[in-house]
Amino acid sequence: MWLGNLPRSSSRRGTYLFLLVFLLGTVLPLGVASSPDSHGTDAPQDTKHEASNGHGHHGNESHTAVKKAFPVLNFEYESVRLPFEIALWILLASLMKLGFHLIPRLSSFVPESCLLIVVGLLVGGLIKIVGEKSPVLHSQIFFLYLLPPIILDAGYFLPIRPFSENIGTILVFAVIGTLWNSFFIGGLLYGVCQIGGKDLEKIGLLPNLLFGAIISAVDPVAVLAVFEEIHINELLHILVFGESLLNDAVTVVLYHLFEEYAGVGSVTFLDVPLGFICFFVVALGGVFVGLAYGLLAAFTSRFTTHTRVIEPLFAFLYSYMAYLSAEVFHLSGIMALIACGVVMRPYIEANISHKSHTTIKYFLKMWSSVSETLIFIFLGVSTVAGPHSWNWTFVICTLVFCLVARVLGVVGLTYIINKFRIVKLTTKDQFIIAYGGLRGAIAFSLGYLLPPDHFPMRDMFLTAIITVIFFTVFVQGMTIQPLVDLLAVKKKQETKRSINEEIHSQFLDHLLTGIEDVCGHYGHHHWKDKLNRFNKKYIKKCLIAGDRSKEPQLIAFYHKMEMKQAIELVETGGIAKIPSAVSTVSMQNIQPKQKVTERALPQLSKGKEEEIRKILRTNLQKTRQRLRSYNRHTLVADPYEDAWNQMLIRRQKVKQMEKRMNNYLTVPANHPDSPTMSRARLSSDPNAYIPKPKAGIPAITVDPASPQSPESLNLVDELSKRTEEEEEEGIVMKMHTPSTDEVFTSNNAEKEQRLMRCLSDPGPHPEGEEEEPFLP
Amino acid sequence: MGASHSGPDTRELRELSEKTGFSVDQIENLNRRFQQLSKNKETLRREDFDKVTDLDVNPIRAQIIEAFFDKRNYSGMQTGPVEEINFEQFLTVMSHFRPLKARMTEEQIASLRKEKLQFLFNMYDIDADGKISLEDYRHLVEDLLSRNPHLGKESASVTSIADAAMLEAVTIIKGQMEPHQVYEGMTFEDFVKIWEGIDIETKMHVRFLNVETPHFCK
Repeated sequence: MWLGNLPRSSSRRGTYLFLLVFLLGTVLPLGVASSPDSHGTDAPQDTKHEASNGHGHHGNESHTAVKKAFPVLNFEYESVRLPFEIALWILLASLMKLGFHLIPRLSSFVPESCLLIVVGLLVGGLIKIVGEKSPVLHSQIFFLYLLPPIILDAGYFLPIRPFSENIGTILVFAVIGTLWNSFFIGGLLYGVCQIGGKDLEKIGLLPNLLFGAIISAVDPVAVLAVFEEIHINELLHILVFGESLLNDAVTVVLYHLFEEYAGVGSVTFLDVPLGFICFFVVALGGVFVGLAYGLLAAFTSRFTTHTRVIEPLFAFLYSYMAYLSAEVFHLSGIMALIACGVVMRPYIEANISHKSHTTIKYFLKMWSSVSETLIFIFLGVSTVAGPHSWNWTFVICTLVFCLVARVLGVVGLTYIINKFRIVKLTTKDQFIIAYGGLRGAIAFSLGYLLPPDHFPMRDMFLTAIITVIFFTVFVQGMTIQPLVDLLAVKKKQETKRSINEEIHSQFLDHLLTGIEDVCGHYGHHHWKDKLNRFNKKYIKKCLIAGDRSKEPQLIAFYHKMEMKQAIELVETGGIAKIPSAVSTVSMQNIQPKQKVTERALPQLSKGKEEEIRKILRTNLQKTRQRLRSYNRHTLVADPYEDAWNQMLIRRQKVKQMEKRMNNYLTVPANHPDSPTMSRARLSSDPNAYIPKPKAGIPAITVDPASPQSPESLNLVDELSKRTEEEEEEGIVMKMHTPSTDEVFTSNNAEKEQRLMRCLSDPGPHPEGEEEEPFLP
Repeated sequence: MGASHSGPDTRELRELSEKTGFSVDQIENLNRRFQQLSKNKETLRREDFDKVTDLDVNPIRAQIIEAFFDKRNYSGMQTGPVEEINFEQFLTVMSHFRPLKARMTEEQIASLRKEKLQFLFNMYDIDADGKISLEDYRHLVEDLLSRNPHLGKESASVTSIADAAMLEAVTIIKGQMEPHQVYEGMTFEDFVKIWEGIDIETKMHVRFLNVETPHFCK
């Protein structure tokens, strides 16, 4: 960054200047671009001009118009106007985001959402000053294009365990909480309207209830934006977030119910039970639609082994279709999207390549980030632009009632919920839950959707909605971080999922299920276990390709972890970031005492071992160079000798890497090509040279693109298969035993092989060189 | 369901309640279950657990049943298995799965946590030598994977997973070790260290109901 080189004060000034200039620079064309009117007059002239010239170019004879000189440079804006504008807006949004993080301390105490709204206000203001008509956040754009990526991102990466453990609480808050909020706010506002000034008297009960329904829903976008930055503990995060997602069903039903009947003017008693039924239909229907599409996506991904490139597309398309299909029937699109993401994730992840997985992850993050930014900016712009009708009473009362309703709702519901919960919610928790009930763009869009003819007070509603949104996002959003610190709420624990945890949690699950069975009652663990077994037996077989379907969870997890660690180490270069607390615990420390069995090998003392090791190491350095030309494998690699130097450099890194590797990973000596690994190899380089397995020779492929360790792990250790000693000596902790052994294969010194085996425990010294023929 | 056996009377019930921490209703409920399993005899034997057919698909079935017959899980300091257990011992084992009560002091929570961890430790430490060694870990992983019919090469995966897990655990416990030091096995203190970040007291519980549940006579 050029900014980094400047001294501090000038860099800050530079940043501000940059931002200002940029703002002006983009806003003006944006403003000009956004308004169709200014170009309306120019366009016909231009097109006529174009037409005349175009024709003039082709055939002079057919056109008797004035012949101008052939225009070397043309200006034709109309045809690219729409994509141009969209791209410019997105660019603006992204550059804004970039700018915030350059400003040193701003992002730490102001949440991004606030900053973006401010930017939106500025942009809107500038557009107004320039005199153009500013774009408004059309509800269609919002609901069809901006909202789905955010929800899909949330649903795909939803942490299942905490979500399902707290599902009861979440549902209670989402459904009953939102209902309570809507009726409380709506009812009280009606009362206020009655006693308020004469403007307000005209607003009937139903519009008020509708307004209450719109304003009471906690918004997932705002919650995500704010809670992401405060790193609160998992339980609270999932409670507020889950609530914001699941209350969509309630909002949809109430909105349609009241909107429908607000026109008519009254609600009969028949409509109330119909409303209930509608709620279940909407919620469960949405989930069902999502489920169906999710299973379809999982099934499709089973067959994508040959077309890896479009795998992510299936994930996105099926989810989007789920959302749209749900919207067609006025079912809850959000719940459909969540259900789809949750259902398809485990199966898709088992089927697709590693790169596709990364692609999906990053595309989702990217889209949702862009959407979020755009939403907040547009909110700001719409605030400046939109028609407003300010009414002190109404707005202030709305604000107050929102807060009061939220607090009362949370406290009341928690009191009831705590009777059924094992982990009770403390007062601190309740406060955070209540405080985290942010409103956002969904409320605004729903308000915007109201048809003005049925709702003459729409402008006032919009003003009130915007005020509440601003209040919650700015005041609550900015103060929640200091409050969390002040109240010393438990923060998120940055624990990496370790293999130990996985083993223990599986064990615990089985244990608790077993105890429940002994007790004789079908509790929550029992059903979870039944679902897992059903999943394993039937569903996985259909939806997961090949051998992966039978892979037990523990092993899959282990592979995933190995892969992750390997990639991590390669990425950090191995050398630079060896942590100070690097553990020198290695396999030999934990080996159980060996039973004394007959070994063909003499017992070596430690000193001799060291000597032998040193000798071998120096020899190997020489032999590698010698063997390079006549080892069976390197014969093929000869044409690539130039790349050998690259290899040497990388070997340096690898040497450092294995030091750390040896502490974390073990190489199962008999480990065959597990489907995961082979797929990872295949997919990462379709042109990888796959050697035919020759008898007695380890198969080696080197894919320079992917980290070395997984391949090394793949190498079938032919030698170890042959020797029975394998059991006695425990696990060979080396990464590249096969390579070194392969060197010795050509010499076929049995003794040396055995020596290598007994020296395989890595001491503090790096192990012998690896021989890695460079194959494309 | 032959009600000939009267079960513990109210005084005994109250004693048991104080000792194990269950409510009287829960104890009565569990007593009914005990009668059902033991066919109204005084004691429960290992064979009686065969009646719980749901356990058949559980990979750690054997260890769960053993846990009931393991003297280490009773209040005394003895070790070793027993052949049959009475209701009080049954309850004692079950009491390890009590949920947290609403108002518990810090010490109560700490002691409950220790109790639960001790139970887990006993389950892992199959050979009852007071340490969890690599062998125990391997048995554990083998059991967890045992239900999987597919594993042809299971031994390699099992050992590698167990080793990785043990390595990780030891790294947490010991940090630095010289190459020649040998780590015998995890003692209970070490075991507690591993579980430090995880709130086992909330995870390891079974909801014992107060009202009568419909028993499925198996």
